[in-house]
Amino acid sequence: MIALVIDDEIQLRRLLRLNLEGAGYKVFEAPSGQEGLAEAAQRRPDVVILDLGLPDMEGLTVLKRLREWSRVPVIVLTVRDREADKIAALDLGADDYVTKPFSTGELLARLRAAQRHTQPTAEASVFRSGNLEVDLIKRVVTVKNAEVKLTATEYALLRFFVQHAGKVLTQKHIMREVWGPNYEGQTHYLRVYMSHLREKLEADPAKPELFITEPGIGYRLVVKSDGG
Amino acid sequence: MSDDHRPNPDALLAAIHKEEAAKRRGRLKVFLGMSPGVGKTYAMLEAARRELASGCDVVIGYVETHGRKDTDALAEGLPQVPRRSVDYRGVALTEMDLDGVLARHPQLALVDELAHTNAAGSRHPKRYQDVRELLDAGIDVFTTLNVQHVGSRAEIVREFSGATIQETVPDSVLDDAEIELVDLPPGELIKRLGEGKVYLGDRAQAAANNFFRVGNLNALRELALRLAAEHVGQDLRQFLSARQIAGPWKTGQRLLVAISPSPLSESMARWTRRLADNLQAPWLAVYVDLGHTLSDAEQTRLQSNLAIARELGAEVITTAGQDIVEALLRVARQQNVTQIIVGKPAGQRLLDRLRGGSALGRLIRESGGIDVHCVRAEATEPTRPRRFWQRVPHSSQKQYATAAITIGLTTALNFALGNWAGHDTAYMVSLVYLLALLGLAPFVGRGPMLLAAAASALLWDFFFLPPLYTFYINSVQDGLMFGMFFVVALVLGQLTSRLRAQQVAEREREERATALYLLTRELAEGKDIAELLGVVIRQLGDVFKSDVAVLLPETEGEGELIPYPFGTLDLSEKEASVAGWAFRNAKPAGRTTDTLPSSEALHLPLVTPTGCLGVIALRPRDGRQMSLQQRNLLDSFLRQIALVLDRQQLSEADQQAKLVAESERLGETLLNSVSHELRTPIAIISNASASLNDLPTEAEPALRRTLTKEIHEASLRLNRLVRNLLDITRLESGHVKPKMEWCDVSDLVHVALKASEKELARHNVRTNIADKLPLVKMDFVLMEQALNNLLVNAAAYTPPGTDVEVSARAENGELVLAVVDHGPGIPSDSLPRLFEKFYRVPGSPAGGTGLGLSIVKQFVETQGGKVSARNRSGSGAEITIRLPLGEPPKVETESEPALAGRTE
Repeated sequence: MIALVIDDEIQLRRLLRLNLEGAGYKVFEAPSGQEGLAEAAQRRPDVVILDLGLPDMEGLTVLKRLREWSRVPVIVLTVRDREADKIAALDLGADDYVTKPFSTGELLARLRAAQRHTQPTAEASVFRSGNLEVDLIKRVVTVKNAEVKLTATEYALLRFFVQHAGKVLTQKHIMREVWGPNYEGQTHYLRVYMSHLREKLEADPAKPELFITEPGIGYRLVVKSDGG
Repeated sequence: MSDDHRPNPDALLAAIHKEEAAKRRGRLKVFLGMSPGVGKTYAMLEAARRELASGCDVVIGYVETHGRKDTDALAEGLPQVPRRSVDYRGVALTEMDLDGVLARHPQLALVDELAHTNAAGSRHPKRYQDVRELLDAGIDVFTTLNVQHVGSRAEIVREFSGATIQETVPDSVLDDAEIELVDLPPGELIKRLGEGKVYLGDRAQAAANNFFRVGNLNALRELALRLAAEHVGQDLRQFLSARQIAGPWKTGQRLLVAISPSPLSESMARWTRRLADNLQAPWLAVYVDLGHTLSDAEQTRLQSNLAIARELGAEVITTAGQDIVEALLRVARQQNVTQIIVGKPAGQRLLDRLRGGSALGRLIRESGGIDVHCVRAEATEPTRPRRFWQRVPHSSQKQYATAAITIGLTTALNFALGNWAGHDTAYMVSLVYLLALLGLAPFVGRGPMLLAAAASALLWDFFFLPPLYTFYINSVQDGLMFGMFFVVALVLGQLTSRLRAQQVAEREREERATALYLLTRELAEGKDIAELLGVVIRQLGDVFKSDVAVLLPETEGEGELIPYPFGTLDLSEKEASVAGWAFRNAKPAGRTTDTLPSSEALHLPLVTPTGCLGVIALRPRDGRQMSLQQRNLLDSFLRQIALVLDRQQLSEADQQAKLVAESERLGETLLNSVSHELRTPIAIISNASASLNDLPTEAEPALRRTLTKEIHEASLRLNRLVRNLLDITRLESGHVKPKMEWCDVSDLVHVALKASEKELARHNVRTNIADKLPLVKMDFVLMEQALNNLLVNAAAYTPPGTDVEVSARAENGELVLAVVDHGPGIPSDSLPRLFEKFYRVPGSPAGGTGLGLSIVKQFVETQGGKVSARNRSGSGAEITIRLPLGEPPKVETESEPALAGRTE
């Protein structure tokens, strides 16, 4: 597995290299956007970690250029208070984001989730996370093996989450895909249906563990391996 | 010490001011001669050479040698500013290059012939005005002048020589000047004249023989000597006064001269000036506005009379009143005048007698302690005494037509009455005529009234008084009746026209007062300079029917004048330069002034005690000259505007200073509070990590764990601090713009609790969220941070193991979010200041900057919400956020079909 770190901070690059190599990645570094793009073309990494604040060009520009020819999973590094940047990065095709300061565990989890999506998912007709099980072919949803009845929209929403499990989804993206482009601004639909889904699928709807809110960005369906 | 020897403090102050002003201004030295040819220019050049030799920077601004060899020789070698050539109707004239001299800025400039009139199109019409500008710029000037050109002497010269002097220099120019007399006995002058040593110009040659008679020259010589002597006297008195040397004190006299549009006023002003000079007394020129409307010619003459008085050194006062005597005496008493100068009336008038004596007689009777000079005023131009009918105010043709029509209709009515009443209707008819006159009186002036009275009398006599159809009157009664017509009509006309004049004057005064009031009120409402300027431009435009531009100096750089972009007058480059002159010199310029009168617009400086703020340029839309009243009103407007602008600029500067002070204070607090807060976690991190570094690789895993945990906690604390600082900075700089969306409250609470999980780990958290809460419009991110701050605070300020409750409910159209703790509560005197920036409850544990709650408050308020804090009755504090509940949009609900087995 090859990881490319594009960041101008040498200390952060060093730290990331240490942690990523510990997790079994082969790490390449680039201190600027230009060099990052060159490295990406040359090394063909399996995942790219991109800092949005680069000295020579906008991180978003790097992402855009990269996306012109590559589907490689990209995790952007960003600071708090820049929700607009995060959304823009996600809309431009970033797979996920991590807010500085972040823990290594968090970053590795995001990396794994992002990489999973680029794998062909032929066998994934049944999705499992915690007590939730979704059979996309039979269209059956069960929680703790008991079938749950969903409305058409609820199911469409759930299916969209399942198809992008582990990945953060922006509100705009969800609205467009589930309700259609005319509904992009009508986020109250999303709120209502999210609370329906949590109501029906979460063990404690007041403390959701599957459908996580990403403040200011959107939602994420968490993939829990254990069936606890 | 007797009063007589004590110097008048005012006079002392004036003397000191004068000295101070003179330090800044240049000195003027006048080489005064009795006539051309006495060698003034020669004397001036000689003096200039002496100055040059002593190292002074001398420049010739303008010297005319008339080709005389010895004079030429003297001028040679003196540096010269090239003359400016002006093309005047195809003739090339040369004038002094004023700007050139100003730019060259020598110590001393030589400017010949002070009384010279500049070519049309020059900045100033007169050379003495150029000289004044040089003096104002701090340049000393040597100049030459013949005594006949001195304003107050010009008339005497005309009287004995018969020559009218066109070019005069106001006496005020000479006031601060040093005068050097260039004297030559008349016999010698005539000899030099005979030898052709005196250049007189072609046209003057013929008149010269007449003018240069020994008699004339002796008189001129005496005038010049006396002028010089008087001047020395003045200087001496000033010197004595300034040094408090007992000597001939000022007499304490104050003179007042009445000015009117009459051409005689000019010479009265000159006479008063001479008297004032001799008495060393200040003098006032007073114009009493009697409410008559003045013709354009009178208006112009009045302006010029007042201007002359001002030039001669008078303080000009205009006042309004019905009665000239009363008004003059009022001003005289207010100004402590001791002597009043009035013109000698040409003859007594019947009307004056009827009014209780002539104005002069009343003035003398009522003046009390004030002396009255009655002066024979010499006419400076031949004038015809105005006949009575000429003094009748102009009535429009419309008024005459009204009078004629009224009388015509009355006559027709009387015919009808006569036919109806039959015989002997003459007296009834006469009363109807009188009634008609009475009705007409308020609407027309004296002229039409007189016409109407005459017409009704004649018509009555002709048509209704037997014998009919003749003008014959056959009884005394009828004769009396006929006469009464005239008397009644005249009295009525007189009374009503006076009433009308009063009304007009009253209305004008009221309009002026109203205009000023409106301006003041609107200016008071202006919040910033731009708004004020908008008001100024609109008001000046409305009241003076003019296009207006306001120019203010730029705040940075060269201080060049920048027109306010929304003015109604676009200034050409030339006009802008006139405005620039007005600004630099703080004097009016342009149209109707002495400076660049050929400009389109009048440029008035906005002068305050602190300096010149800018310039207002006005161009009347109809191109007419402003009346004296308008000009006065304009001056009041400008004073008001200057004051308000000054105040506004000061207050904006003050505001800026306050802002700077506030941000400095904030910066200081920030440093004090933050430096500690920043250093603590950094110290922990560096200390713990150094310890880790020093530990042997495999030693003491428990210690390692403790150290790493400390590092981690310190970094979290640092992160929290940086976050708060960034938040407050964003708020301060106005970068927080809430993104309002319909949000799920229980989701919000959950996310906030999750984010503060670590901090709340040792407390029992309970949530109480009401069922069926609607969606609430908020910025989820800001609200989450606000709630998070409250939770972290609750954890930090209460003992571990206590409860922290979060509740959410809808109440009175508001979402009520409350965080309740079970700690010691908040000291009651801290409650009001709890949400202030950097405020920390006294005695609270270390850690924290006092920013958290302030951020909460501001975040919530940007979303239209409120925050409050209180102590609960049991124990602990409750902090409540309230957000308005809106009407969330409907979401269509679906039926709930079982999905299994369904296909799309």
